[in-house]
Amino acid sequence: MSGIRVLAPGLQTTVQDLGRFHFAHHGVSASGAADALALRAANLLVGNAENAAALEMTLSGATLRFEERSVVALTGSDFGAGLPLWEAIEIAAGETVACGATRSGARCYLAVRGGIEVALVMGSASVHVMTGVGGRPLRKGDMLAIGQAAVRRARRVPAADVPVAGAAPLRVTAGPQADWFGDELYRSLYTVSEESNRMGLRLRGTAITAAHAGHMLTEGVPLGAIQAPPDGQPIILFVEHQTTGGYPKPANVISADFWRLGQLRPRDEVRFELVPLDRALELLQAQERWLYGLL
Amino acid sequence: MTTQSASDRSLLVSFGEEISLETHRQVARLTRLLLGERGILNLHPAFCSVLIDFDPRLRTHDNVEALVRERLAAADDAEAARPRTIEIPVSYGGEAGPDLDDVARHCGLSSRRVVELFSAAEYEVYFVGFSTCFPYLGGLPPELATPRLASPRRHVPEGSVAIGGSQAGVYPLASPGGWRLIGRTARRLFDPQTEPPGLLRMGDRVRFVPVREERP
Repeated sequence: MSGIRVLAPGLQTTVQDLGRFHFAHHGVSASGAADALALRAANLLVGNAENAAALEMTLSGATLRFEERSVVALTGSDFGAGLPLWEAIEIAAGETVACGATRSGARCYLAVRGGIEVALVMGSASVHVMTGVGGRPLRKGDMLAIGQAAVRRARRVPAADVPVAGAAPLRVTAGPQADWFGDELYRSLYTVSEESNRMGLRLRGTAITAAHAGHMLTEGVPLGAIQAPPDGQPIILFVEHQTTGGYPKPANVISADFWRLGQLRPRDEVRFELVPLDRALELLQAQERWLYGLL
Repeated sequence: MTTQSASDRSLLVSFGEEISLETHRQVARLTRLLLGERGILNLHPAFCSVLIDFDPRLRTHDNVEALVRERLAAADDAEAARPRTIEIPVSYGGEAGPDLDDVARHCGLSSRRVVELFSAAEYEVYFVGFSTCFPYLGGLPPELATPRLASPRRHVPEGSVAIGGSQAGVYPLASPGGWRLIGRTARRLFDPQTEPPGLLRMGDRVRFVPVREERP
Protein backbone atom coordinates (compact mmCIF):
# COMPACT_ATOMS: atom_id res chain seq x y z
CA MET A 1 0.00 0.00 0.00
CA SER A 2 1.13 3.53 -0.66
CA GLY A 3 -0.37 6.98 -0.63
CA ILE A 4 -2.82 8.59 1.76
CA ARG A 5 -6.23 7.15 2.68
CA VAL A 6 -9.03 9.59 3.57
CA LEU A 7 -10.69 8.13 6.66
CA ALA A 8 -12.85 11.23 7.21
CA PRO A 9 -12.88 14.21 4.83
CA GLY A 10 -13.69 17.09 7.21
CA LEU A 11 -16.04 19.88 6.24
CA GLN A 12 -14.45 20.84 2.92
CA THR A 13 -11.02 19.46 2.12
CA THR A 14 -9.69 20.06 -1.38
CA VAL A 15 -6.49 19.64 -3.35
CA GLN A 16 -5.03 23.07 -4.09
CA ASP A 17 -1.97 24.63 -5.65
CA LEU A 18 -1.39 28.29 -6.52
CA GLY A 19 -4.12 28.36 -9.16
CA ARG A 20 -5.07 28.13 -12.78
CA PHE A 21 -3.75 31.14 -14.69
CA HIS A 22 -4.16 32.35 -18.30
CA PHE A 23 -7.86 31.37 -18.57
CA ALA A 24 -9.63 34.50 -17.28
CA HIS A 25 -10.52 35.43 -20.88
CA HIS A 26 -12.49 32.17 -20.93
CA GLY A 27 -14.34 33.22 -17.78
CA VAL A 28 -12.27 30.92 -15.55
CA SER A 29 -10.79 32.56 -12.44
CA ALA A 30 -7.53 31.34 -10.93
CA SER A 31 -8.91 29.50 -7.89
CA GLY A 32 -5.94 28.09 -5.91
CA ALA A 33 -5.23 28.08 -2.19
CA ALA A 34 -7.32 30.51 -0.14
CA ASP A 35 -4.25 31.15 2.04
CA ALA A 36 -1.54 30.82 -0.59
CA LEU A 37 1.16 31.94 1.85
CA ALA A 38 0.44 28.97 4.14
CA LEU A 39 0.38 26.56 1.19
CA ARG A 40 3.69 27.87 -0.19
CA ALA A 41 5.29 27.73 3.26
CA ALA A 42 4.09 24.15 3.82
CA ASN A 43 5.59 23.11 0.49
CA LEU A 44 8.93 24.85 1.15
CA LEU A 45 9.16 23.24 4.62
CA VAL A 46 8.90 19.71 3.19
CA GLY A 47 11.27 20.50 0.30
CA ASN A 48 8.68 20.75 -2.48
CA ALA A 49 8.38 23.29 -5.26
CA GLU A 50 6.16 26.03 -3.81
CA ASN A 51 3.36 25.32 -6.32
CA ALA A 52 3.05 21.61 -5.45
CA ALA A 53 -0.46 20.33 -4.80
CA ALA A 54 -1.37 20.09 -1.11
CA LEU A 55 -4.54 19.78 0.97
CA GLU A 56 -6.63 22.74 2.04
CA MET A 57 -8.91 22.04 5.01
CA THR A 58 -11.69 24.42 5.99
CA LEU A 59 -13.01 24.99 9.54
CA SER A 60 -12.86 21.29 10.38
CA GLY A 61 -10.10 19.03 9.13
CA ALA A 62 -9.62 15.57 7.69
CA THR A 63 -8.48 12.30 9.23
CA LEU A 64 -5.82 10.76 7.00
CA ARG A 65 -3.96 7.47 7.19
CA PHE A 66 -0.49 7.51 5.64
CA GLU A 67 0.13 4.15 3.99
CA GLU A 68 3.80 4.97 3.44
CA ARG A 69 6.47 6.76 5.43
CA SER A 70 6.05 10.47 4.69
CA VAL A 71 7.26 13.94 5.57
CA VAL A 72 4.46 16.47 6.04
CA ALA A 73 4.01 20.05 7.21
CA LEU A 74 0.87 21.59 8.66
CA THR A 75 0.54 25.37 8.27
CA GLY A 76 -2.13 28.03 8.58
CA SER A 77 -4.55 27.58 11.45
CA ASP A 78 -4.37 25.08 14.29
CA PHE A 79 -6.89 22.30 13.66
CA GLY A 80 -5.92 20.39 16.81
CA ALA A 81 -4.04 17.54 15.14
CA GLY A 82 -1.66 17.32 18.12
CA LEU A 83 1.32 17.90 15.82
CA PRO A 84 3.55 20.98 15.66
CA LEU A 85 2.60 23.53 13.00
CA TRP A 86 5.00 25.26 10.57
CA GLU A 87 7.63 22.52 10.57
CA ALA A 88 8.46 19.38 8.62
CA ILE A 89 7.54 16.24 10.56
CA GLU A 90 8.00 12.57 9.82
CA ILE A 91 4.97 10.32 9.69
CA ALA A 92 5.48 6.55 9.94
CA ALA A 93 3.80 4.14 7.50
CA GLY A 94 0.37 3.28 8.88
CA GLU A 95 0.20 6.36 11.10
CA THR A 96 -2.99 8.48 11.17
CA VAL A 97 -3.13 12.29 11.25
CA ALA A 98 -6.47 13.40 12.70
CA CYS A 99 -7.40 17.05 12.37
CA GLY A 100 -10.42 18.40 14.21
CA ALA A 101 -12.24 21.68 14.48
CA THR A 102 -10.24 24.87 14.08
CA ARG A 103 -8.80 26.53 17.15
CA SER A 104 -7.85 29.72 15.30
CA GLY A 105 -8.59 30.75 11.68
CA ALA A 106 -10.54 29.21 8.82
CA ARG A 107 -7.94 27.06 7.05
CA CYS A 108 -5.19 24.56 7.69
CA TYR A 109 -2.86 23.22 4.97
CA LEU A 110 -1.15 19.87 4.82
CA ALA A 111 1.70 19.46 2.38
CA VAL A 112 3.42 16.12 1.90
CA ARG A 113 6.96 15.76 0.60
CA GLY A 114 6.56 14.92 -3.11
CA GLY A 115 3.19 16.67 -3.36
CA ILE A 116 -0.29 15.22 -3.84
CA GLU A 117 -0.34 13.65 -7.29
CA VAL A 118 -3.46 14.44 -9.30
CA ALA A 119 -4.11 15.02 -12.99
CA LEU A 120 -3.77 18.69 -13.86
CA VAL A 121 -6.81 20.35 -15.43
CA MET A 122 -5.92 23.39 -17.53
CA GLY A 123 -2.48 23.40 -15.98
CA SER A 124 -3.48 23.27 -12.33
CA ALA A 125 -4.34 20.79 -9.60
CA SER A 126 -6.63 23.30 -7.91
CA VAL A 127 -10.23 22.27 -7.25
CA HIS A 128 -12.63 25.05 -8.24
CA VAL A 129 -15.36 24.06 -5.81
CA MET A 130 -18.24 26.06 -7.34
CA THR A 131 -17.84 24.66 -10.89
CA GLY A 132 -16.15 21.32 -10.24
CA VAL A 133 -13.22 22.22 -12.51
CA GLY A 134 -10.22 20.28 -11.23
CA GLY A 135 -12.22 17.81 -9.17
CA ARG A 136 -14.30 17.83 -6.00
CA PRO A 137 -13.84 17.99 -2.24
CA LEU A 138 -12.45 14.80 -0.70
CA ARG A 139 -14.77 11.99 0.41
CA LYS A 140 -14.34 9.18 2.86
CA GLY A 141 -12.38 6.35 1.26
CA ASP A 142 -10.57 8.48 -1.33
CA MET A 143 -6.99 7.42 -1.95
CA LEU A 144 -4.42 10.14 -2.67
CA ALA A 145 -1.15 9.35 -4.42
CA ILE A 146 2.08 11.06 -3.40
CA GLY A 147 4.04 12.57 -6.30
CA GLN A 148 7.58 13.60 -7.19
CA ALA A 149 7.44 17.35 -6.47
CA ALA A 150 10.31 17.34 -3.94
CA VAL A 151 13.18 19.50 -5.18
CA ARG A 152 15.43 19.83 -2.08
CA ARG A 153 15.86 18.53 1.43
CA ALA A 154 13.10 19.18 3.93
CA ARG A 155 13.85 22.03 6.37
CA ARG A 156 15.31 20.82 9.65
CA VAL A 157 14.08 23.57 11.97
CA PRO A 158 10.62 25.08 12.46
CA ALA A 159 9.74 28.32 10.70
CA ALA A 160 10.20 31.43 12.84
CA ASP A 161 8.07 34.60 12.88
CA VAL A 162 5.11 32.81 11.28
CA PRO A 163 2.21 34.94 10.03
CA VAL A 164 -0.37 35.82 12.68
CA ALA A 165 -3.60 37.47 11.61
CA GLY A 166 -4.54 39.26 14.85
CA ALA A 167 -7.01 42.12 14.86
CA ALA A 168 -5.04 44.48 12.63
CA PRO A 169 -7.09 46.11 9.86
CA LEU A 170 -7.06 44.57 6.39
CA ARG A 171 -5.01 46.86 4.22
CA VAL A 172 -6.42 48.00 0.88
CA THR A 173 -5.46 50.21 -2.04
CA ALA A 174 -7.93 52.42 -3.88
CA GLY A 175 -10.21 50.62 -6.35
CA PRO A 176 -11.18 51.87 -9.82
CA GLN A 177 -14.29 53.68 -8.51
CA ALA A 178 -12.74 54.90 -5.21
CA ASP A 179 -13.68 58.54 -5.84
CA TRP A 180 -17.39 57.66 -6.03
CA PHE A 181 -17.34 56.80 -2.32
CA GLY A 182 -16.89 58.53 1.03
CA ASP A 183 -14.90 57.04 3.89
CA GLU A 184 -17.59 54.77 5.45
CA LEU A 185 -15.51 51.71 4.56
CA TYR A 186 -12.66 52.97 6.75
CA ARG A 187 -14.73 54.10 9.72
CA SER A 188 -16.79 50.96 10.27
CA LEU A 189 -16.44 47.49 11.72
CA TYR A 190 -17.71 44.70 9.48
CA THR A 191 -18.71 41.12 10.29
CA VAL A 192 -18.00 38.20 7.94
CA SER A 193 -21.33 36.62 6.94
CA GLU A 194 -22.12 32.88 7.00
CA GLU A 195 -22.81 33.09 3.24
CA SER A 196 -19.12 33.56 2.52
CA ASN A 197 -17.21 30.98 0.49
CA ARG A 198 -14.27 30.70 -1.89
CA MET A 199 -16.09 32.90 -4.42
CA GLY A 200 -16.58 35.83 -2.12
CA LEU A 201 -16.57 37.04 1.47
CA ARG A 202 -19.83 38.80 2.24
CA LEU A 203 -19.62 41.42 4.96
CA ARG A 204 -22.31 42.94 7.17
CA GLY A 205 -22.04 46.44 8.60
CA THR A 206 -22.40 50.09 7.62
CA ALA A 207 -23.59 50.32 4.02
CA ILE A 208 -21.14 51.91 1.61
CA THR A 209 -23.01 53.86 -1.00
CA ALA A 210 -21.65 55.74 -3.96
CA ALA A 211 -22.01 59.48 -3.21
CA HIS A 212 -21.88 60.41 -6.90
CA ALA A 213 -22.29 57.26 -8.92
CA GLY A 214 -21.01 57.41 -12.47
CA HIS A 215 -21.92 55.16 -15.36
CA MET A 216 -20.85 51.61 -14.49
CA LEU A 217 -20.10 49.10 -17.23
CA THR A 218 -19.21 45.47 -16.56
CA GLU A 219 -15.41 45.30 -16.32
CA GLY A 220 -12.72 42.83 -15.29
CA VAL A 221 -12.38 42.31 -11.55
CA PRO A 222 -9.21 41.25 -9.70
CA LEU A 223 -8.73 39.05 -6.65
CA GLY A 224 -9.47 40.94 -3.44
CA ALA A 225 -11.72 43.56 -5.07
CA ILE A 226 -14.24 45.05 -2.65
CA GLN A 227 -17.55 45.43 -4.47
CA ALA A 228 -20.39 47.65 -3.35
CA PRO A 229 -23.68 46.13 -4.59
CA PRO A 230 -26.90 48.18 -4.41
CA ASP A 231 -27.54 47.29 -0.74
CA GLY A 232 -24.09 48.68 0.13
CA GLN A 233 -22.97 45.56 2.05
CA PRO A 234 -19.41 44.94 0.79
CA ILE A 235 -18.37 41.71 -0.94
CA ILE A 236 -14.66 40.85 -1.15
CA LEU A 237 -14.04 38.82 -4.32
CA PHE A 238 -12.10 35.72 -3.40
CA VAL A 239 -10.11 33.01 -5.19
CA GLU A 240 -13.05 31.55 -7.17
CA HIS A 241 -14.37 35.00 -8.07
CA GLN A 242 -16.24 35.90 -11.22
CA THR A 243 -13.88 37.30 -13.87
CA THR A 244 -15.98 40.39 -14.66
CA GLY A 245 -18.52 42.35 -12.66
CA GLY A 246 -20.77 45.37 -12.83
CA TYR A 247 -20.68 46.72 -9.25
CA PRO A 248 -18.44 49.66 -8.34
CA LYS A 249 -15.32 48.90 -6.34
CA PRO A 250 -14.08 51.41 -3.76
CA ALA A 251 -11.01 49.41 -2.73
CA ASN A 252 -8.93 46.26 -3.20
CA VAL A 253 -7.22 44.19 -0.53
CA ILE A 254 -3.42 44.28 -0.91
CA SER A 255 -1.55 41.16 -2.04
CA ALA A 256 0.33 40.92 1.27
CA ASP A 257 -3.02 40.51 3.09
CA PHE A 258 -4.63 37.95 0.73
CA TRP A 259 -3.60 35.13 3.07
CA ARG A 260 -5.60 36.75 5.87
CA LEU A 261 -8.76 36.57 3.73
CA GLY A 262 -8.26 32.81 3.63
CA GLN A 263 -8.20 32.68 7.41
CA LEU A 264 -11.39 34.72 8.01
CA ARG A 265 -14.24 32.73 9.51
CA PRO A 266 -17.96 33.55 9.58
CA ARG A 267 -18.66 36.07 12.39
CA ASP A 268 -15.06 37.35 12.44
CA GLU A 269 -14.82 41.14 12.51
CA VAL A 270 -12.74 43.17 10.08
CA ARG A 271 -11.70 46.77 9.62
CA PHE A 272 -10.04 48.35 6.60
CA GLU A 273 -7.08 50.67 6.27
CA LEU A 274 -6.19 52.50 3.07
CA VAL A 275 -2.49 52.38 2.13
CA PRO A 276 -0.64 53.79 -0.90
CA LEU A 277 0.41 51.43 -3.70
CA ASP A 278 4.14 51.68 -2.91
CA ARG A 279 3.46 50.69 0.72
CA ALA A 280 1.44 47.68 -0.49
CA LEU A 281 4.40 46.55 -2.59
CA GLU A 282 6.90 47.04 0.28
CA LEU A 283 4.72 44.85 2.49
CA LEU A 284 4.58 42.19 -0.23
CA GLN A 285 8.37 42.25 -0.63
CA ALA A 286 8.84 41.80 3.11
CA GLN A 287 6.47 38.82 3.03
CA GLU A 288 8.29 37.23 0.11
CA ARG A 289 11.62 37.66 1.95
CA TRP A 290 10.18 35.85 4.97
CA LEU A 291 8.86 33.03 2.77
CA TYR A 292 12.11 32.46 0.89
CA GLY A 293 13.92 32.52 4.22
CA LEU A 294 12.38 29.06 4.68
CA LEU A 295 14.54 27.64 1.88
CA MET B 1 -7.15 54.83 -24.03
CA THR B 2 -6.90 55.35 -20.26
CA THR B 3 -5.26 53.24 -17.58
CA GLN B 4 -5.60 53.01 -13.83
CA SER B 5 -4.50 50.63 -11.13
CA ALA B 6 -7.30 48.32 -10.03
CA SER B 7 -5.22 46.63 -7.33
CA ASP B 8 -1.54 46.30 -6.39
CA ARG B 9 -1.22 43.58 -9.04
CA SER B 10 -3.57 44.67 -11.82
CA LEU B 11 -4.02 47.46 -14.35
CA LEU B 12 -7.36 48.40 -15.93
CA VAL B 13 -7.09 49.62 -19.53
CA SER B 14 -10.23 51.32 -20.90
CA PHE B 15 -11.22 52.28 -24.43
CA GLY B 16 -14.07 54.68 -23.62
CA GLU B 17 -17.54 53.86 -22.31
CA GLU B 18 -19.51 53.06 -25.45
CA ILE B 19 -20.53 49.45 -26.08
CA SER B 20 -19.85 49.09 -29.80
CA LEU B 21 -18.30 46.76 -32.31
CA GLU B 22 -15.40 49.19 -32.78
CA THR B 23 -14.60 49.29 -29.05
CA HIS B 24 -14.93 45.52 -28.88
CA ARG B 25 -12.35 45.15 -31.65
CA GLN B 26 -9.87 47.29 -29.68
CA VAL B 27 -10.48 45.17 -26.58
CA ALA B 28 -10.03 41.97 -28.58
CA ARG B 29 -6.83 43.26 -30.20
CA LEU B 30 -5.18 44.21 -26.91
CA THR B 31 -6.15 40.88 -25.37
CA ARG B 32 -4.63 39.03 -28.33
CA LEU B 33 -1.44 41.10 -28.21
CA LEU B 34 -0.82 40.42 -24.52
CA LEU B 35 -1.60 36.69 -24.35
CA GLY B 36 1.49 34.76 -23.32
CA GLU B 37 3.56 37.81 -22.25
CA ARG B 38 5.97 37.03 -19.44
CA GLY B 39 4.68 38.11 -16.03
CA ILE B 40 1.11 38.60 -17.26
CA LEU B 41 -1.02 36.09 -15.37
CA ASN B 42 -4.54 36.78 -16.61
CA LEU B 43 -6.44 39.01 -19.01
CA HIS B 44 -10.06 39.93 -18.26
CA PRO B 45 -11.61 41.53 -21.35
CA ALA B 46 -15.05 43.13 -21.03
CA PHE B 47 -17.20 45.45 -23.20
CA CYS B 48 -14.80 48.42 -23.24
CA SER B 49 -11.84 47.44 -21.08
CA VAL B 50 -9.19 44.85 -20.36
CA LEU B 51 -8.07 44.13 -16.80
CA ILE B 52 -4.48 42.89 -16.76
CA ASP B 53 -3.40 40.77 -13.76
CA PHE B 54 0.36 40.67 -13.45
CA ASP B 55 2.94 39.05 -11.19
CA PRO B 56 4.11 41.91 -8.94
CA ARG B 57 7.46 40.17 -8.47
CA LEU B 58 8.18 40.57 -12.19
CA ARG B 59 6.25 43.65 -13.26
CA THR B 60 4.98 47.03 -12.07
CA HIS B 61 1.99 49.13 -13.12
CA ASP B 62 4.25 51.51 -15.07
CA ASN B 63 6.01 48.64 -16.77
CA VAL B 64 2.71 46.99 -17.81
CA GLU B 65 1.36 50.31 -19.07
CA ALA B 66 4.51 50.78 -21.18
CA LEU B 67 4.07 47.26 -22.56
CA VAL B 68 0.45 48.02 -23.50
CA ARG B 69 1.40 51.25 -25.31
CA GLU B 70 4.29 49.58 -27.10
CA ARG B 71 2.17 46.63 -28.29
CA LEU B 72 -0.73 48.85 -29.39
CA ALA B 73 1.62 51.17 -31.32
CA ALA B 74 3.40 48.34 -33.12
CA ALA B 75 2.09 47.03 -36.42
CA ASP B 76 -0.32 44.22 -35.72
CA ASP B 77 1.46 41.25 -37.22
CA ALA B 78 -0.73 38.74 -35.43
CA GLU B 79 -3.85 40.04 -37.09
CA ALA B 80 -7.08 38.52 -35.85
CA ALA B 81 -7.73 35.12 -37.32
CA ARG B 82 -10.58 35.11 -39.81
CA PRO B 83 -13.66 34.98 -37.58
CA ARG B 84 -15.15 31.55 -37.09
CA THR B 85 -18.90 31.10 -37.32
CA ILE B 86 -20.30 28.68 -34.77
CA GLU B 87 -23.79 27.27 -35.11
CA ILE B 88 -25.69 26.50 -31.95
CA PRO B 89 -28.76 24.26 -32.30
CA VAL B 90 -31.58 25.43 -30.04
CA SER B 91 -34.87 23.95 -28.87
CA TYR B 92 -37.03 27.01 -28.24
CA GLY B 93 -39.88 27.45 -25.77
CA GLY B 94 -41.63 24.94 -23.58
CA GLU B 95 -39.58 23.43 -20.77
CA ALA B 96 -36.36 24.36 -22.57
CA GLY B 97 -37.30 28.05 -22.80
CA PRO B 98 -39.78 28.86 -20.02
CA ASP B 99 -39.55 32.64 -20.56
CA LEU B 100 -40.17 32.63 -24.33
CA ASP B 101 -43.82 33.65 -23.97
CA ASP B 102 -42.96 36.40 -21.47
CA VAL B 103 -40.32 37.79 -23.84
CA ALA B 104 -42.89 37.73 -26.66
CA ARG B 105 -45.44 39.55 -24.49
CA HIS B 106 -42.87 42.15 -23.42
CA CYS B 107 -41.82 42.76 -27.03
CA GLY B 108 -45.39 42.77 -28.40
CA LEU B 109 -44.55 39.91 -30.78
CA SER B 110 -45.68 36.33 -31.22
CA SER B 111 -43.41 33.66 -29.75
CA ARG B 112 -42.83 32.36 -33.26
CA ARG B 113 -41.68 35.79 -34.41
CA VAL B 114 -39.27 36.03 -31.44
CA VAL B 115 -37.71 32.72 -32.51
CA GLU B 116 -37.50 33.88 -36.15
CA LEU B 117 -35.81 37.17 -35.26
CA PHE B 118 -33.48 35.57 -32.69
CA SER B 119 -32.41 32.86 -35.14
CA ALA B 120 -32.01 35.18 -38.12
CA ALA B 121 -29.51 37.46 -36.38
CA GLU B 122 -25.73 37.02 -36.46
CA TYR B 123 -24.07 37.56 -33.10
CA GLU B 124 -20.49 38.34 -32.16
CA VAL B 125 -18.86 37.17 -28.94
CA TYR B 126 -17.91 40.52 -27.33
CA PHE B 127 -16.12 38.75 -24.53
CA VAL B 128 -16.25 35.64 -22.37
CA GLY B 129 -16.53 36.43 -18.72
CA PHE B 130 -18.39 36.55 -15.47
CA SER B 131 -18.48 32.77 -15.00
CA THR B 132 -16.87 29.81 -16.72
CA CYS B 133 -16.99 30.26 -20.51
CA PHE B 134 -20.10 32.50 -20.41
CA PRO B 135 -20.24 34.39 -23.76
CA TYR B 136 -21.52 37.97 -23.89
CA LEU B 137 -23.06 38.26 -27.35
CA GLY B 138 -23.59 41.51 -29.23
CA GLY B 139 -26.07 41.62 -32.10
CA LEU B 140 -29.42 40.94 -30.43
CA PRO B 141 -32.14 42.55 -32.60
CA PRO B 142 -33.16 45.66 -30.58
CA GLU B 143 -36.85 44.68 -30.71
CA LEU B 144 -36.01 41.58 -28.59
CA ALA B 145 -34.36 43.47 -25.71
CA THR B 146 -36.05 42.36 -22.47
CA PRO B 147 -35.07 43.30 -18.90
CA ARG B 148 -33.63 40.63 -16.63
CA LEU B 149 -35.82 38.91 -14.06
CA ALA B 150 -36.46 41.01 -10.95
CA SER B 151 -35.40 38.03 -8.86
CA PRO B 152 -32.81 35.65 -10.36
CA ARG B 153 -33.55 31.92 -10.63
CA ARG B 154 -31.63 29.72 -8.23
CA HIS B 155 -31.07 27.14 -10.95
CA VAL B 156 -30.65 27.78 -14.66
CA PRO B 157 -29.99 24.51 -16.54
CA GLU B 158 -26.78 24.00 -18.52
CA GLY B 159 -27.13 25.10 -22.15
CA SER B 160 -29.91 27.61 -21.54
CA VAL B 161 -30.09 30.26 -24.29
CA ALA B 162 -31.11 33.59 -22.81
CA ILE B 163 -31.74 37.30 -23.24
CA GLY B 164 -30.54 39.78 -20.59
CA GLY B 165 -31.38 43.38 -21.46
CA SER B 166 -29.85 44.03 -24.90
CA GLN B 167 -27.45 41.06 -24.66
CA ALA B 168 -27.84 37.45 -25.64
CA GLY B 169 -26.00 34.63 -23.90
CA VAL B 170 -25.79 30.91 -23.25
CA TYR B 171 -25.23 29.35 -19.80
CA PRO B 172 -22.32 26.89 -20.18
CA LEU B 173 -22.96 25.35 -16.76
CA ALA B 174 -25.98 25.08 -14.51
CA SER B 175 -25.91 28.12 -12.24
CA PRO B 176 -28.12 30.77 -10.68
CA GLY B 177 -29.07 33.48 -13.17
CA GLY B 178 -31.42 36.35 -13.94
CA TRP B 179 -31.58 36.29 -17.74
CA ARG B 180 -34.75 35.32 -19.65
CA LEU B 181 -34.55 31.73 -20.84
CA ILE B 182 -35.95 31.26 -24.35
CA GLY B 183 -34.43 27.91 -25.32
CA ARG B 184 -31.74 25.36 -24.69
CA THR B 185 -28.89 23.82 -26.65
CA ALA B 186 -27.42 20.35 -26.32
CA ARG B 187 -24.07 21.63 -27.63
CA ARG B 188 -21.45 21.76 -24.87
CA LEU B 189 -19.94 25.20 -24.34
CA PHE B 190 -17.44 24.13 -21.71
CA ASP B 191 -15.12 21.14 -21.59
CA PRO B 192 -12.16 21.41 -19.23
CA GLN B 193 -10.35 18.62 -21.12
CA THR B 194 -10.12 20.65 -24.35
CA GLU B 195 -7.71 23.46 -25.07
CA PRO B 196 -9.09 26.12 -24.97
CA PRO B 197 -11.85 24.90 -22.65
CA GLY B 198 -14.65 26.95 -24.20
CA LEU B 199 -16.51 26.40 -27.48
CA LEU B 200 -16.90 30.16 -27.96
CA ARG B 201 -14.04 32.66 -27.99
CA MET B 202 -13.97 36.41 -28.18
CA GLY B 203 -14.58 37.53 -31.76
CA ASP B 204 -16.42 34.39 -32.88
CA ARG B 205 -19.63 34.85 -34.89
CA VAL B 206 -22.59 32.87 -33.59
CA ARG B 207 -25.84 31.72 -35.15
CA PHE B 208 -28.69 30.03 -33.33
CA VAL B 209 -30.33 27.35 -35.42
CA PRO B 210 -33.80 26.12 -34.43
CA VAL B 211 -33.95 22.37 -33.89
CA ARG B 212 -36.75 21.02 -36.05
CA GLU B 213 -39.42 19.63 -33.77
CA GLU B 214 -40.48 16.05 -34.43
CA ARG B 215 -44.15 16.01 -35.37
CA PRO B 216 -46.28 12.90 -35.06
